[in-house]
Amino acid sequence: MQSLPRRLGVAVVVAVIVVFLSIKLNTFRDYQIAEIAVEVTAVAGLTMLTGLSGQISLGNGAFMAIGAYTTALLLLHLSWPFIAVLVLAGAVTAAAGAIFGVAAARLRGPYLAGATLMLGVALPSIAYAYQSIFGGDQGLNVAFTTPGFLGANFPLTRWQAWVSALVALITLVLLANLSYSRIGRNWRAVRDDDVAAALDGVNVAAARILAFVVSATCAGLAGALLAIVTGLVAPGAFTITLSIALLTAAVIGGLGSLPGAVWGSLVIVLVPTYVTDVATSHGLSSSVGSNIPVAAYGAVLILVMLVFPQGIQGGLRRLLTLFTGPGPKTRTWHTAPTPPETSSADQAQASHHEKEGTS
Amino acid sequence: MVEFLQFTLSGIVFGMIYAAVALSLVLIWRGTRLLNYAQGGMAMFTTYVAIEVIYRTGSYWAGFVVALAAGIVLGAACQLTVIRPTMNKPPLNGVIVTIGLLVLLEGLAGIFFGGQYRSFPAAFSIIGIKAGTTPLGVSRYDVFVVAAVLVTTLVLAVAFKYTTAGLRMRAAAFNATIARLSGIRVARVLTVGWALAGLIGALAGVLVSPSTFLYPNSMDTIFVFGFTAAVIGGLDSPVGAVVGGLLLGIALSYVGGYLGSDLTSVVALGVLVVVLMIRPGGLFSATRVRRV
Repeated sequence: MQSLPRRLGVAVVVAVIVVFLSIKLNTFRDYQIAEIAVEVTAVAGLTMLTGLSGQISLGNGAFMAIGAYTTALLLLHLSWPFIAVLVLAGAVTAAAGAIFGVAAARLRGPYLAGATLMLGVALPSIAYAYQSIFGGDQGLNVAFTTPGFLGANFPLTRWQAWVSALVALITLVLLANLSYSRIGRNWRAVRDDDVAAALDGVNVAAARILAFVVSATCAGLAGALLAIVTGLVAPGAFTITLSIALLTAAVIGGLGSLPGAVWGSLVIVLVPTYVTDVATSHGLSSSVGSNIPVAAYGAVLILVMLVFPQGIQGGLRRLLTLFTGPGPKTRTWHTAPTPPETSSADQAQASHHEKEGTS
Repeated sequence: MVEFLQFTLSGIVFGMIYAAVALSLVLIWRGTRLLNYAQGGMAMFTTYVAIEVIYRTGSYWAGFVVALAAGIVLGAACQLTVIRPTMNKPPLNGVIVTIGLLVLLEGLAGIFFGGQYRSFPAAFSIIGIKAGTTPLGVSRYDVFVVAAVLVTTLVLAVAFKYTTAGLRMRAAAFNATIARLSGIRVARVLTVGWALAGLIGALAGVLVSPSTFLYPNSMDTIFVFGFTAAVIGGLDSPVGAVVGGLLLGIALSYVGGYLGSDLTSVVALGVLVVVLMIRPGGLFSATRVRRV
């Protein structure tokens, strides 16, 4: 997907397919389409952050919470049109991402992941601390209806699926543009070697912060969509497990790949529902059924990283080259992207790690 | 004034638990330059093992000892099976593998032990001690918590300083290549480091669970507090980890006591961000230039 017209073409084709599916399938499947679109929006941002700029975030679930609560509060108190709410939810999350990103830009590797993990743990507790605003454990109800011009009988879930899919597709097209622009190249340069990038005139800190803001904004949009799809915003929905599910989706799909974000989201939304159904129909208790997907996330994260770091999209690309032979556009990502770790204390360690496997 | 004293003392108790978690993170960080996000998950899992043993044998101490042994086994097993293969890969892979390990352990705990909250017994009375007529806000069990972490830390410190195995570990952490040239089997030393970290994590899990209940995510918050403590101390320094744990424990105890317990994790996040912005190497590190 190298050019804008081609990307737009793909997006239109996907949009037509989504509309067709949403009309053909039942209400539950419509809801799943909406869920997948929400997931894609958030995962696409995260896969850009981790895959291209080499930063890892365990706090994107918290940014989703910011977007969702902004949406709920705006719809509740000001009853703005949804498009305006969506824009403002994105802006608020971008601001939050910028504040955190400024701190995060100075952190590398383990510190950043830890700080974002902390964000994921701390943020939901604000909803408990200020119950009068955020509704505490019960959360806030979100009123979202179909617009009048579609007629009274138009199913709400279908409209939710359409809105979510549209936002997801727009996000994907914009991110694809960003990825192949100067900004995307700067992110890759910073990821591969921040010192070399700085010597080439890339503002390393600005690149890192921008990547963080972009991924936070995507998470905020996804949170806004989640608010209108589920109709309820409560702290229980935005746990660390959500952030880790997003990361799992990005890793399964292939870090840094937008089509991969779609594959990963499909897996992470459809497989747990299926597994839980099968488990309960085989007479397993609900706590077992609901925990099998969690254990599976973990196993998959480990296996993919050890055995197949390029993920599903990497596999598809390899299959494609088997049939067509290596094209001129073949990119060479043999390993998962790496954030450079070059602090003085690490120098001694680095040489040791390289040889560790052979000793 | 009495209130202030009570908050300080209970802060020290929780601080010792954060210190234990921080210490386990530092042990692994020094050896492998990897932050073990699964540390809290491992501690949660070994605590479940303990509660099952206590339930079946009726003896707290049997569960206590089995949990520590399980911590050693789990730590070594994780390092040998999934961590070692990531050592020659980019650091991001190792980080994601430890996150995967955390989720895997939490999922398995939910499958095997159920997701509901379970209460965990305390070794000693949890009724507050009084000095004369003034309640101190701590119990005999709290004293045991502090003593257990202190003794473990001191034993480790002495072992590191005065035994051959400790010398090997320090050498491997200082410079792996030179250590290997001197005949130290660095890979084995790293496994031992993970086993020790597993032991300390398991201790923290057993000690904290009477006050938090036990459920698959019960160690998440304790882990991030332990991480914050380790960062305050500089990630590289065992002494820093203990001091960081105590500072954080006391600070959060004041916040919880005077402002409300819902805000403790938000304040801890603030502390973490401020420390990382002002002194990224921790409060105790000398200013170091990042060489390229």
